[in-house]
Amino acid sequence: MNISRRTFFSKAGGMVAMLGLLSATRNAFADWNASAFGAKTVPAVLKDLGNLTLVDSPDILLMAPDIAEDGSVVPVEVTSSIPNTQRIDIIAEQNPNPLAASFRFSNGALPFIGTKIKMGKTANVRAIVIADGKAWTAAKMIKVTAGGCGG
Amino acid sequence: MAQHSIKARAKMSTGGVADIKILIMHPMDTGLIKNAKTGEVIPAHFIKQLTVTLNGKTVLDADLGIAISKNPFFDFRVKGAKAGDALAIHWSDNLGDSDTLQTTIS
Repeated sequence: MNISRRTFFSKAGGMVAMLGLLSATRNAFADWNASAFGAKTVPAVLKDLGNLTLVDSPDILLMAPDIAEDGSVVPVEVTSSIPNTQRIDIIAEQNPNPLAASFRFSNGALPFIGTKIKMGKTANVRAIVIADGKAWTAAKMIKVTAGGCGG
Repeated sequence: MAQHSIKARAKMSTGGVADIKILIMHPMDTGLIKNAKTGEVIPAHFIKQLTVTLNGKTVLDADLGIAISKNPFFDFRVKGAKAGDALAIHWSDNLGDSDTLQTTIS
């Protein structure tokens, strides 16, 4: 009796843990915005990110080279000094799929991200900052002398 | 499952801020490029999600697209961290592959 009770509870516990793991995995994948990442124009990206209306902000620092000699590796750094910055998105406006990445910050992470992106041709790189439900933006033109999407 | 694909350098800088640099070995194939020899399209193979936790709490949660460069690099900062804190870095890609690195802040 005791043994079967214990067996039952250990199995039940295992199942609950497994369900928890499954749902965590599913949630993680559900977050990835397939329509926004698949969108082919900037207006379509903004619509798929939740009908964003962008307002220019001097409080976003976008650091990137003026000229990228290799479009396959373009360093980009974005720093937001907008209070309550929750998310920073990076867009390469002339790429086949303009949305490059979306970074969410929490639990003490500062609103700063550095990464490297591919650019097909000379274009604006745009940072979008989501803070308190508003969307702020800053952009910088990067001249690409050798595209990063042609291999 | 990918193994040993993640390198990280997580160090305390000034003001209780940890600087975390991550490098992941991954092809990040866009699905838009043809193999020059065979003429066949190289299928898309790219990291979709990257999560970083500090002592079990999520600090960075990123959704990535095909425009992130091959062997992706990320640099970010966490305030309120300290040396010895546990850092876990996890990625998953569009083909169901994934990898995790557990390390500590130094």
